[in-house]
Amino acid sequence: MSQGVMVRRNVHIDLRVNGETQEASFAPYKTLLEVLREDLGLTGTKHGCELGECGACAVLVDGEPQLSCLVLAVECEGRSIETVEGMAKGAELHPLQAAFADLGAAQCGYCTPGILMTAKALLEREPSPTRDRIREAISGNLCRCTGYQQIYEAVEEAARRMKESA
Amino acid sequence: MKVIGKPRRRVDGWAKVTGRTRFADDIVLPRMLHMKLLRSPLPHAEIEAIDVSRAEKLAGVQLVLTGKDFPVTFGIMPVSQDEYPLASDRVRFVGDPVAAVIARDEQTCTEALDLIEVKYRPLKTIATPEEALATTEPRIHEYGPHGNIHRLQAHEFGDVEEALGSSDYVFEDVFFYEGNTHLAIEQQAAVAALEDAGGLVLYSSTQNPHYLHRELARVLQMPASRIRVVATPNGGGFGGRCDPANHEMVVAKAALALGRPVKICLSREEVFYVHRGRHPVLMKFRTGVTKDGRLTGIHLQTLLDGGAYGSHGAASTFYTGVLTPTTYELPRFKFEACRTFTNKPPCGPKRGHGTPQPRFGQEVQLDKIAEKLGLDPAEMRLRIAVKPNSLTANWLRIGSAGLAECIRQVVERSGWKEKFRKLPEGRGVGLACSAYMCGAGLPIYWNKMPHSGVQLLADRSGQVTALCGATEIGQGSDDVLAAMVAEVLGIGAEDVRVLTGDTGLTPVDLGSYSSRVTVMMGNAAIQAAEALKARIAEAASEQFQVAPNRLEFANGRVFLAADASKGMAFREAIELAEAKFGTLGSVGSYRPPDPPGRYKGAGAGPSPAYSYTACVVEVEVDRATGWIAVPKIWIAHDIGRVINPVLARGQVVGSVYMGLAEALMEEQVFRRLPPKLSNALVHKFPSLLEYKSPTSLDMPEVETVFVEDPDPNCPFGAKEVGQGPLLPVPPALANAIYDAVGVRIDELPITPDKVLRALEKKAKGEEPRVGPEHFPAVPYPEPVVVPPPWEGGDGNAVKGAGPKVKVPA
Repeated sequence: MSQGVMVRRNVHIDLRVNGETQEASFAPYKTLLEVLREDLGLTGTKHGCELGECGACAVLVDGEPQLSCLVLAVECEGRSIETVEGMAKGAELHPLQAAFADLGAAQCGYCTPGILMTAKALLEREPSPTRDRIREAISGNLCRCTGYQQIYEAVEEAARRMKESA
Repeated sequence: MKVIGKPRRRVDGWAKVTGRTRFADDIVLPRMLHMKLLRSPLPHAEIEAIDVSRAEKLAGVQLVLTGKDFPVTFGIMPVSQDEYPLASDRVRFVGDPVAAVIARDEQTCTEALDLIEVKYRPLKTIATPEEALATTEPRIHEYGPHGNIHRLQAHEFGDVEEALGSSDYVFEDVFFYEGNTHLAIEQQAAVAALEDAGGLVLYSSTQNPHYLHRELARVLQMPASRIRVVATPNGGGFGGRCDPANHEMVVAKAALALGRPVKICLSREEVFYVHRGRHPVLMKFRTGVTKDGRLTGIHLQTLLDGGAYGSHGAASTFYTGVLTPTTYELPRFKFEACRTFTNKPPCGPKRGHGTPQPRFGQEVQLDKIAEKLGLDPAEMRLRIAVKPNSLTANWLRIGSAGLAECIRQVVERSGWKEKFRKLPEGRGVGLACSAYMCGAGLPIYWNKMPHSGVQLLADRSGQVTALCGATEIGQGSDDVLAAMVAEVLGIGAEDVRVLTGDTGLTPVDLGSYSSRVTVMMGNAAIQAAEALKARIAEAASEQFQVAPNRLEFANGRVFLAADASKGMAFREAIELAEAKFGTLGSVGSYRPPDPPGRYKGAGAGPSPAYSYTACVVEVEVDRATGWIAVPKIWIAHDIGRVINPVLARGQVVGSVYMGLAEALMEEQVFRRLPPKLSNALVHKFPSLLEYKSPTSLDMPEVETVFVEDPDPNCPFGAKEVGQGPLLPVPPALANAIYDAVGVRIDELPITPDKVLRALEKKAKGEEPRVGPEHFPAVPYPEPVVVPPPWEGGDGNAVKGAGPKVKVPA
């Protein structure tokens, strides 16, 4: 087993994360999750299984929610990656963030970044989703604290606020 | 009130939605190394030899530790300190750690683990409580009454056999509640490092930094004053981080040995092995009733599958019975309990700690009683609901008790009277109730010190800082602390900076368990804030030539109660106080009242207050597939007083979610490998995918009602909300299934195959029930006999008292 992982030479590529292009050098077997957290210091993206089961590591790749624990970082060269750190504009929270904070959608906050990114992709595609659409969209993100109800309410409230300010 | 009761963004909300909250695995320190544990592949074996020489030689490996580096045992309960950080001569379950590798990165650690050779001699595996009772040798542990029994206890409050004998009816039922696990989404992580002058700091996702601090000092044989434990915000707790854990001890030792920071983050599979979750409990209820539905006595027997170590088991065992008399008037009560050791991950405290299991049995049995007596189960419960300001048969003091109002609320809102026994075949409603404690009356180790301490700092900048050892596990304890202080001082919750869960900086708080934080930390916070307020008021009152009690603190101002225009900003008042008294600060502390019971075992169950909950579940059962759909749940919770309705509702809905999860699908279960593959007892599915938990698509709508019946022992009257609302959900679901299709499923989880089996039995004219058939013979001891308060008792035992023993809560 040890022979199979002896190739340790780093790859060296440019990654575009939250609109900034950054040079990164890392072992080629590293997942996007690992590179974000360990090489780029973006620890806002979480992990709960590293097997694609919990949704905590969801980020947007070219606008689509992806489980960053199942994506190799080397596959992401030239693609646009968005993480929770890119949501707020300066000190101003994204409407989803504000609604999540106001309405109790984040309890322990651990699944929150993954759900925020998933919800952001949903609202960009469907500005006024029904509750069933919200339930469906976040069904791959496990939350053990909230029972999901306040998450739906926060997504609905954010959709309202975004439409009003549009 | 300006802060209490108002919906607010929680004080740590901004950090949580921006990804800034620093969980343990988010911590990165300069020169940090990584650690991984080698875990036993066998459920029960002697370790004959460990050879780490090849692992030590692998490039990048800094240190390999084994059991010989850890001669001292630990354990959360003083009565069962039976764990080694790394096993040295015996492994007791698949996942028991035997060695640790510390290396430059996780990859190197993983490679080095493969190079460690362990020679095991397999021992007979004990898989179930029945096997534990039948197996005297080998013993999993060399302590406990005998064989593989960990704990045995028996208490009798009044002559229960006499009560049953004179009852109109006696109901006898056996129930089973399967084990399940917390499944917090954050995998536990810990980072240890040396601080100035060689002291140790451990950052860890622990719910109980204080108890961890004590156990670290014990295991590392270092003065506790040289160790600092920082509880990082937990990515979900639910009881899963209450025990001090092996990895915390080992990572601390590694950092001390190497003088460099060391981190470990458990894999999801390892989290399933660390476990400490819900005990599987078999229970038998014999309950006497009068024909109008009053309880005459209950004889409850429980049998717990404890897994491989003691953990909180001594307390868990008590909790499978002691809260049974807190919900309904019960003149006499006998409770016998037994916890066994088995070769499985240790069970411990999970949300509701030991009480959801008997609550399930009791509430389902009450439904059967109401059916037999021809009574409406809601009406029957209303008549027997426990009275406020009363004592129970086992000497627990009940304060406020809003149970009756909770029942009325869910009956009204759910349309109970139009639905119960009236919905079409396949649809049904069920009702259940519960009570829960607001903090254990006694600490885990016996002492007379405060259970919670709060320190406040204030200075001329106007800032107020609140320090407390309480731990934020998502439940909102930081927000409660800020709210309590802000309300007293008349400022905003966001104006209070909170610093919590750091044994090096904050006053001791015992931790986030037993639903104790709001009540205990809250009372300490109010005491501290009142002391600070008194100083500020004294200084400010001199400006106006009035007595200090004529001042009011509100909206960030200090002013005359009689004339709000005469006043000053809060910051200016602090300046005056700092000038008058010097540096400003105050402390508050809280210790619960002494419990009225004085018998051996009276320490488990007392609490400053009890919360109450009632719940109605509606179901639709597909008779062809057994599939259970839950369209809606109504729940009313007597919370005393709501601190922040946004968070309180979240705790209730989250509890409903977790209760429903346990009722419908979650189970921590095991299987044997075939004999040619070692015959080992292994976890059926240590992964998030196969351990079924509800997704957003499975979660019904929940209507939450708060009943506010303030309790005089509680801060602003506020009782607990984090655990109690889980309890009535599983039995209400089971009762609803009976209403829908006329079958009784007397064991959890209630899966479609069990419903189908029961429907088949019903079609054949057999008893339409699926559940355990027998309760085994358990060698319970002679009971400690204590007369209940209304039979002339004084809280002492009259028989079987034994020596005075302090029982941990």
